[in-house]
Amino acid sequence: MRRKLDTNRLTSKLVQLSERNQKALVLFITAGFPEIESTVPQVLELARAGANVIELGMPFSDPLADGPVIQASSQRAISNGITLKLILEQVREIRKHSDIPLVLMGYVNPILHYGERRFFADAANAGVDGIILPEVPLEEADRFLALARQHHLADILLVSPATSDERIRSIDSVSSGFLYCVSITGVTGRSTIGDIESYVKRVKWNAKHNPVLVGFGITTPDDAQRISRFADGVIVGSALIQRIAQEDLRKDVGAWVRQLKEAQQSL
Amino acid sequence: MLRTYAGRPTPLTFADRLTKHYGRGKIYMKREDLCHTGAHKINNTLGQILLAKRSGKQRVIAETGAGQHGVATATVAAKMGLQCMVYMGEEDICRQELNVHRMKMLGAEVVPVSSGSRTLKDATSEAIRDWVANVHDTFYIIGSVVGPHPYPMMVRDFQSVIGEETRKQIQAHEGKLPSILLACVGGGSNAMGIFYPFIRDEVEMIGVEAAGCGLNTHKHAATLSKGTPGVLHGSLSYLLQDENGQVQLAHSISAGLDYPGVGPEHSALKDLGRVQYVSITDKQALEAASLLARLEGIIPALESGHAFAHLEKLMPTTSKRDIVVVNLSGRGDKDMMTYVSQYSEGKSVQR
Repeated sequence: MRRKLDTNRLTSKLVQLSERNQKALVLFITAGFPEIESTVPQVLELARAGANVIELGMPFSDPLADGPVIQASSQRAISNGITLKLILEQVREIRKHSDIPLVLMGYVNPILHYGERRFFADAANAGVDGIILPEVPLEEADRFLALARQHHLADILLVSPATSDERIRSIDSVSSGFLYCVSITGVTGRSTIGDIESYVKRVKWNAKHNPVLVGFGITTPDDAQRISRFADGVIVGSALIQRIAQEDLRKDVGAWVRQLKEAQQSL
Repeated sequence: MLRTYAGRPTPLTFADRLTKHYGRGKIYMKREDLCHTGAHKINNTLGQILLAKRSGKQRVIAETGAGQHGVATATVAAKMGLQCMVYMGEEDICRQELNVHRMKMLGAEVVPVSSGSRTLKDATSEAIRDWVANVHDTFYIIGSVVGPHPYPMMVRDFQSVIGEETRKQIQAHEGKLPSILLACVGGGSNAMGIFYPFIRDEVEMIGVEAAGCGLNTHKHAATLSKGTPGVLHGSLSYLLQDENGQVQLAHSISAGLDYPGVGPEHSALKDLGRVQYVSITDKQALEAASLLARLEGIIPALESGHAFAHLEKLMPTTSKRDIVVVNLSGRGDKDMMTYVSQYSEGKSVQR
């Protein structure tokens, strides 16, 4: 059973990259950080600098999967007054200027509060391409998978080094867009990535339906290059947020992203 | 080990002077304050550490609010020779200093949590983050009937020894079951423990939440009275949250009740109407603790003080034939600083 995702910007972008033998660069930023108004221009700048996909973090008060950097940015965004409604407005604004694939990443409680049916419908209408809910295990994913399918959104599930081969296959068979391969057991932004080649190869061997993108702890152009040798792409979050958080580094974010992209291309 | 190490069964004490004070039904106290480490928490940590040992883990971690669960975890870790790390909010480290020293003496490392509320909620989040990072060699000992499945069920089962003993003891004393059970509810483990073995009996059950400065303020921890359904720490339950689904900070003078969520089974029992949930303010709990100290010679934990405070409202509605069992979940040594500062403010109660 193949889902009808051929019109989805995310899926088409990843197919296109793979046909050109290129690797995907996914950049994560926290919506509403450092200011509510910074999100739209940031996304457009990252897209210009070479990002292939943008993952927009929907801030939650208790982000269990995130390390201190994304936690702090989420806290700031919440005190700025960010809400799901505002994030979807930002998506609409981005869509006036760019076709970059957009994926929303967040925690279930704000979505349940918004109304999960309404949220998936509104997200699709606003121009979102995929959803990542790291808190939701496979066993609880059905209701979200069904809604994602109904609205032609990719539902991106995660695997970690602790995931068995059999479970990777089950997760891959229901996921769409890509498979989020968590580089470590742990939370976002932990800086050391050891030898993950055999692990990523194991995931790729088992995941026949989706491209495999690696995230959590990718901090340097060197990391991006090394991991792109065996993965279909990388996801960078905390290292980027850290740069955005520091005013003197913020203006050079575009240049840094270009370095990431170049490192990935010069394999 | 429950018998030879934790000191079970704990007595069921007839509170004769407290009974006389209210002049209605009989009041009994289930003496969890007499457990090793001073609270019911060890019933659960003993069970979980055996699982940790059985699964070959070298390290255990725990979250703690009042520090009772942290102490109970550090204790069994020492006894079993496992490494132990306890996450505790910075605010709780200040107000429960004695327990911090106890954990350290028992060989545990206490990690201050400075994120978010700096209390139990964020200590729990940090423990979960540690757990996902170190799942290969680490067992997470959750202290209450919260968290992802199967923890709420497992902790309930380990704590249900409280209710099972109560059942036998009250029948030995009175030849019948109690009419009413009373217990405080933060996450809700001591309450689930005493309630669960009576769930199919004709026994009224009342859970007492912390109303903090009052239910009409924003400073309370009365999740079941004022919360709405939501997901926190891996379970769907009543939750204190704002209109955007962001979790709100709870407040209670008692660190053990200062949590914006509650065990999912309590939510189910509330929705079923099987258990009635009420709330008690900081001030009422302090007064009840003082009263219990003077009438029964027992200084209760502030958490348990909440359960006793509800007697003021409950006892006038009872008759001489009624039997009320209050779960005295812990002793008050850890709260002495709070009690002392209340006295020095001249808030001691009249007799």
